[in-house]
Order: sequence, then structure tokens, then C-alpha cells
Amino acid sequence: MAARANGGYRVVIGLEVHAQLLTESKMFCACSAKYADAPPNTVVCPICLGMPGVLPVINEQAVEMTILTGLALNCRIPAHAKFDRKNYAYPDLMKWYQISQYDLPFCVGGHLDVTVDGIDRRLGITRVHLEEDTARMIHGRDEAGEDYSLLDVNRSGAPLMEIVSEPDMKTAAEAREYLMSLRNILVYLDVSTANMQEGAFRCDANISVWPRDGEIGNSKVEVKNMNSFRSVYRALEFEEKRQIAVWESGNGPPEQETRGWHEASGTTVSQRTKEYAHDYRYFAEPDLPPLVLDEAWVGEIAARMPELPSALEHRLIEQVGIRPDDARQLINNRELLRYFEEAAASYGDPQRVANWITRDLVKALGDAGASPSESPVGPGDLIELLKLEDSNRVSGKMARDIFRTMFETGRSAAEIVAQQGEQITDQDEIRQAVVKAIQENPKAVADFQAGKKQAAGFLVGRVMRATRGRANPARVNELIAAELG
Amino acid sequence: MLDSEVVEHVSRLARLTLSDEEKDKMRVELSKTLEHFRALSELDTSAIPPTAQVIPIENNMREDAVGDCLPKDDVLANAPRTRGDYIRVPAVLKAF
Amino acid sequence: MLDRIHSIDARVRAYITLTPDLAMRQAAEADERLRHPDAPRLCGVPLALKDVLSTRNVKTTCGSKILGNFVPPFDATVVSMLRDAGAVTVGKTNMDEFAMGSSTENSGFFPTFNPWDLDRVPGGSSGGSAAAVAADECIAALGSDTGGSVRQPAALCGVVGMRPTYGRVSRYGLVAFASSLDQIGPITKDVTDCAILMQAISGHDALDSTSLQADVPDYESSLHADVAGLKVGLPREYMAAGVDEGVRGVVLKAIDRLTEAGMEIVDISLPHTEYALATYYVIAPAEASANLARYNGVKYGYFDPDSDGVEELMMNSRGTGFGAEVKRRIMLGTFALSSGYYDAYYLRAQKVRTLIKRDFDQAFESVDLIVTPTSPTVAFPVGEKVDDPISMYLSDVMTLPGPIAGIPGISVPCGFSQGLPVGLQFMAPPLGETVLLRAAHAYEQLAGVESATARKAV
Repeated sequence: MAARANGGYRVVIGLEVHAQLLTESKMFCACSAKYADAPPNTVVCPICLGMPGVLPVINEQAVEMTILTGLALNCRIPAHAKFDRKNYAYPDLMKWYQISQYDLPFCVGGHLDVTVDGIDRRLGITRVHLEEDTARMIHGRDEAGEDYSLLDVNRSGAPLMEIVSEPDMKTAAEAREYLMSLRNILVYLDVSTANMQEGAFRCDANISVWPRDGEIGNSKVEVKNMNSFRSVYRALEFEEKRQIAVWESGNGPPEQETRGWHEASGTTVSQRTKEYAHDYRYFAEPDLPPLVLDEAWVGEIAARMPELPSALEHRLIEQVGIRPDDARQLINNRELLRYFEEAAASYGDPQRVANWITRDLVKALGDAGASPSESPVGPGDLIELLKLEDSNRVSGKMARDIFRTMFETGRSAAEIVAQQGEQITDQDEIRQAVVKAIQENPKAVADFQAGKKQAAGFLVGRVMRATRGRANPARVNELIAAELG
Repeated sequence: MLDSEVVEHVSRLARLTLSDEEKDKMRVELSKTLEHFRALSELDTSAIPPTAQVIPIENNMREDAVGDCLPKDDVLANAPRTRGDYIRVPAVLKAF
Repeated sequence: MLDRIHSIDARVRAYITLTPDLAMRQAAEADERLRHPDAPRLCGVPLALKDVLSTRNVKTTCGSKILGNFVPPFDATVVSMLRDAGAVTVGKTNMDEFAMGSSTENSGFFPTFNPWDLDRVPGGSSGGSAAAVAADECIAALGSDTGGSVRQPAALCGVVGMRPTYGRVSRYGLVAFASSLDQIGPITKDVTDCAILMQAISGHDALDSTSLQADVPDYESSLHADVAGLKVGLPREYMAAGVDEGVRGVVLKAIDRLTEAGMEIVDISLPHTEYALATYYVIAPAEASANLARYNGVKYGYFDPDSDGVEELMMNSRGTGFGAEVKRRIMLGTFALSSGYYDAYYLRAQKVRTLIKRDFDQAFESVDLIVTPTSPTVAFPVGEKVDDPISMYLSDVMTLPGPIAGIPGISVPCGFSQGLPVGLQFMAPPLGETVLLRAAHAYEQLAGVESATARKAV
């Protein structure tokens, strides 16, 4: 219908996030919520199996975690809340209704502030509510060639918090930033592992694209099956281009539908089937009395609010003096931040600690596939090494090599230095090595004197090799310059 | 009188397979019953709040404590079909 | 007791499942306990359980083919309480499928017959329990009452049936029909037994979030308190057209006798009574449509082996496994909740529920109790109403309003019409069980109605 847009397009993105809560027990029964490593169907009771005659009882901790999250997202906590039954028929849903929240959720009308490409954006949060998770399904084919699906009911009834954003995001980058910020908040609140790969943090996106010179309509495409921040970003980028192409071909607006992200091909695929229109037939859950969220209770929950990642980031930059990029990197990994805090506590130059962490530690951890808490070099060990460098007992170059050895062997810096020897700072000892290098490398000397200044570097390398890296590099440079001068 | 599309739609929502004969009968009976319910619309309920529950209870919650689960055999005992330690159903497509 | 069951249940057909081995074991344990003087009142008493109550390792069908082979791994809270009290459970009684019905003809297995006249229905849905008590196939039984399913069959079988205040008795393990209306209640031969059974099953249960915290009074000792001066309301709407002449006569005579005990009869009005039927038949099926969604042949219960694919399997299992009345109510409830009809049906019914509740609240400002017939008719012949849903629904018209308001009620035998038992219903404000039992007991004493077991007929 509408032809190509002259003024370009507007992209409208909203996100729905489901986060599993870190409670001890499930949402409405006393089965453990920590079923991840349990054999199939061993963390199940009549209630989460949906047997006839069972009744739910609300897990208070899950409610408080949801309210805490809402408060962290600047939501209003209404005075009244209730649970509702959401009717839908799917084999992984034991009762064929999900206990969820419809018109009276725990948290409404909040926002999350993010900065993308230097621009501050306030992204609206529509609501945060609580519901129960479904069973897990596995698909396969048996010996007779019959396709089947298998149910592992362990996940059924796990507490699931849903966070719905306003359609405020305009780019895939904003969506990714929103998700990462949200993830950080949940992690710092200790309410969820928010691990996407493990399914503890799931994201569905709604995206629509409209010509800038026209109205924004109601239809939108829902995108599912994204299981990393990267795939959310890629899927939305793809979908934006696809929808623009639909407009450009004169077929806009794109049809409202659900599409699945296909990681391997980097495309979204229509999941359109003969699926019947949804009619969830919500009604108040008669088995659960309503909740009154009075000020005293909400105040009690608010008092437990830890320092949020955005405040922490601000503090690291403004008060501690950490470079913004490093601060961000630390905030994004709470274990790394804890490592930093512990290390920086006993050391006067926090930025230097941050450098070591974001450069050497992160690299080593990445190579080893380990997390900061698993690092063979603890925060105290790192500081010991930094102090050796500060007292000139090792050079910067030596320190980095020693760090690597510490990481690989688990030995302390002092041990390694005792074995390898300290840095050589003695003028005479270094001069001897410099003179020797000059004598043995007349070509380099000739090159240098012919104007090839980089030949000095070659000579420095010879000196360092001769001293097994222990010569103070600054002294070596000085002396070579003086000798050749 | 309800039309047959409504009966079809509702049986589909309720996930009930009904024979054509049952659908016809259902259409007649439901229509009669709904006719009887028309009395409800005589009342002016505009200022009346709905009652979902009759008990004066609120904020009934439990402590977040772990209790006993069923033995796995009891979980699977009533399932019409199983495979290994799982409940088995015919293949579920991505969406239906 | 087991001998009695074996000799007559082939004709009454009160039981779906008998548990003689379990009963013998429990009886032996009870004998041990009875050596001690402080053994509970129910110790060694043979009881029957409506098959809507979950019993560990004992088949629990809810009167439905869809649960024909279902053996739960857990006991309902009331079942545990009875066992702790030393009761002997002899079996699971027949019922209308998922408690939907007023004659027990909707059982997925077979109908139960009224011990007073085997050509007639025992009422329902707890018809098996009421018939078992009336035919002396147990001392007492538990039923469930959503819209009258304890009181109506008790009336039709000439025994005592009580529906407690919503929340008084735990619903955990009661297979749900309409969650905001369901309550478990005793069916007994006399009011004293009713008080004893109420004592055993009442109280707060942490597994039922709608369970009331209120203390449980001593029901048995409260039976003997004076009833003189109690004000008893007679709602004119309940004596209007639709009540069988014979029943009306017996009930009015019984009400006259209440004055002999010093009770004062007051004419009252419950103006929204005529809307109770429609209100109930929107709310109960709506809740049922969700409660019965879980029966899809996946985790337990009947599954259709010839289906092609999972969706068809689930739909066919339900289509084949459920009986006609259950399907009718699922359809009705699904319709009432569906988009486009929700406001006109479900929401409106919830609003009228408020009005009906207010009627009772107002009435109980001036009276202590309300008295009515329990059922507009005596037991009707088997087959008479089974194809006419509305006329079947009307047989609960006296017992429906109480559950809508959540209040307790009791039915006591008050005489005979056409040689068949008639029930007198008392209703009381929430948690008014003591005054209900007291009034019912006073009437029972006065009328000299003997513990009515229908030995004549069977």
C-alpha cells in the first residue's frame, strides 16, 4: 500500500523479559527451585505436577524479590495486587492455566535510564509481574521412527518474573543496552542469575517499522528464540532491515506475526501456523487471596535495596577515578567488580588495579575459560605483584610475565621473583650488557648511525635477552642512547 | 440462538473434540441456558463491585522453605506414556 | 459393616471403590487405640469418602472415566485428619462426574439409587455418600458441596448433611470443581454425628490459602445450648412457586415446631434469590472450565490412543473422557469467560454475587438463622430430569445461594412426603456452625426423628 518513505523510517521496539528468581523453593509449592542439576522429574510434587485437588500457596520471597525489582526500576507499587489464571493449552503447562498476574501486577510505570552512543535515554517499564514457569520439553525420535516430545517437570512452577518495557527503543543497540542494564540490576539485587544461556533470563521482542512521514500503527512483529544479547541485537537489526524492505517494495506495513530468530542463518523465520487466535480468558485466581502491598511492607523491602549498578558505575568514575570504559567492564561482571573492590581496597591507585584486571586478568580468565572467583591469582596476589613493581624490584614487562606464570602455576609473585631474580637496576651491570650488545651487533650500530633509529630497539632487545628480561627497560634505553650518542 | 460458529470456537478454546451431533445438541442446550441467564442483565450492576472470593483473607503467603518432593516413580506412575525418566507425548511442533 | 455393604450395595450402588483391606488394617489399629480412654471420638468408626477426595494409593476417579485409573500419591488434608483421628475408611462413594449434577446419574460409571425407593435418585452430586449413610453402608460419610451437593442428597436420602463456611474445612486434595464455591461437608445419620465429624475435619490448613485461621469451637458440646430466643428468618422467596406442595406442607409444619422450642420465626426477604441460579451457573462453570483443563491425557488419566499428533490426542482424550454434563459446563464456562462475552456473563455474575451476599449480610443483621426447604421436591425418579439440564439445575435452587455468599448450611430430615424424606435447611452467617448445629439438634430432639436409615427399602 504505502510506497517508499522519503524521510526514512522510525523503528519501535519493546521487550518482554522473563527472569527466573533465585528463591529456595518454587512459586507455589515447596519443591526446590534449584533443580538445574537434578535428574529429570525428581523435583516435582503433586502441586507443580498439577494433580487433581492441589492448591497453590504464594512464596513470599518471590513476591518481595519482584517488588524489590520494581522499586529498582522506579516503578510504582500499587496498594492492591492479585494473581489470575491465564488459560492456554500447551503440553508443558501442567494445569493448562498459568497462575500469572493480569490487571493488578505488583509493579507498574517505571523506567530504566541508559546511555547509548553518548546519548541518555529514559526507557519506560510498563509493568513487572510474577508467574510460574512451565515444564521443559525435549524432542526426539524413537527406534520405530516416531517423533516424540518428552516432559521434564522439574522446571514447572519455578518462580518467573516478567518485566515488560514500553515500546520506547529505537535501535537494536538501545535494546541491547536496555537488556544489559536490566540484567545487571537483577544480578546486583541478587534476585536472578539472569543468565541468558541457561534460560534464567529470556527475552522476546516486539518490533515494528514505520515511515517517518506517516502514522505509527498498531501492528508489530514478535521475535522469539533469542538466547544471547548478541542474538537479540542481530535479530532486531535483521528485522529492521526486513521490515524496511517490505515497505520499500510497497507492501507495508509488514504483517503482524511471530517470527523465530534462527542463529545459524542470521535471519528471522515466520512461525505462522494454523495457530488459533489466543483468548487467555484471564480471571482472578480463586485459590489465592488478594495481596495488600501496604507502605510499611514496601518500605521494609525498599530498605534492603543495595547500591544499584548505575549508581555504582557513577561512583567508580566520579569518586574512585576509574575510566568509564573500565568502570563499565567491571560493572558488567559482578565477580570482576568484587575482585576489583577487594584488590583496590589495599592499594592506592585504583585505576592501575583496573588496568590489570581489564587487561591481564580478563585475558587470562578468557583463555582459561574461568570466572573471576576461580582465578588462581587472587586479588591479594595481584596487589603483591603490583607492589613489587612499585618498589622497582620487577619491571613492568617482568610483572606481566610473572602474572602469567602466577596464573598458570598458582605460585606467588614473591616465589617466582626469588627464583628468577629481581630486576637489574645497577648502572654498571646494565652498562656491561649494553657494551656487550654494541660490540656483538656492529650492523645494528651502523644502521643506527645511518639514521635508522629503530635499530636501537633491536639493541634493547639483545640486552633484555641477555639479562633474561630483568634489566630495567628505562635504564637500558638511556644507556644505549648514551653509548651510541 | 447461538450460531454454530460460536459453538465451534468455544469447543476449540476448551480443547474439546465434539461430534457434529454433540455440537448441534450443545448449541440448543447452551442457547436455552443462556436464555435463562438473561435475567442477570435486568439488574443495574453499574455501581456494584464484583465478588471473586467470599473470604476476608489477604496476604496469605508461605515462607520460602524447601519441602519434600515425590519419588520419581510416583511422578511417572499415572502417565499414560513414558520414555526413560520422562513423560512422553507425540511430537510437539514449535507452535500449534 | 463390610457385610452389610456386600449384601445391599449391588442394589444401591453407593460405592465406586471399596477398600476392605485398608479398612481392616485401620480397624485393627483403632482397636489398639480404643484401649486407651483418651481415644478420639471417631476412632474405629467406619466412614465413606466421596470419590472427589484424594486418597493416597487408592483410586480416585471423581466419578469420571477420564480419571478411571488414577491413583493419587497423596491424601487430601481431611483424609489425613480422619485417619489421624482413627476413623476406618471403607471406600470411595459414587458421585456425579466432577460433582456436576444433582442426581448422581452423571456418574461416568453407573447411577446410585435412593435407598428409600430404588427407582428414584439419591440426589447429587454426593449421592453415593448420602445413599451409603441412609442404607447403613457406613456410619457417616464426607461429601462436597459446591451448590448443594451435600445438603440436597442428604435431604433426598433422609439424613443430615452440612456445608461448612467457605474456608472452614481445607480444600487441599478435594478435586476442584468451582474453587470459590467448593467445600467439604459431613453426611451423617444425626446432628450429633455431624458435630463430631465437623470437629474432626475443621481447622486451618497451610496448604489451602483460602483456609480460615479462626479457632474451631467445640461443636458437640455446643449442641445442647439453649435455642430459646433465637430469631429464625423465613425468606418469602424460598416458599414461592416451584416448591412441591407436599414438601411445602411438611416444611411449614416443621417450622411451626421451631417455635415450640422458643425460636422466633421472622418473615424476611432475600430479594436477589431469583438471580442465584444464573449467577451460580455462570461462575461455577467458568471456574470449572479452568479447573478441568488439566485433564488432557498427558500426565495422568484417560488418553485417546488413536489420535494423530499431540493436539488431537489432548482434544480427543477430553472429548471421549468427559461425560455430557461436564462437557456442557466446560463449554458454558469457556463461553462465559471468552473475549466478547466476559463482561456480560462472568463479570456480571460476579457483581450479582455481591448483591446476593449483601442480601444475606442484611438478613443476618436481624436474624440468627434462616430456615428453608432444602430441596423443592422429594427424590425424583431415575431418568426424569437427566435430559433436561435446566430442570435438573432447578433442584438445587434452595441450596445455591448459600455457597454464593460463602455461608454455612445444614439439612436435617423433617418428615415425609409421598413416603419420601423431606429436608429442612438452616443457614447461618459465616462461621455460624455452632448455632446451625444447635438449632438442627433442637429440631431433631423436638421432632423425634429417629436416626433414619432406610432399612425398609433395602
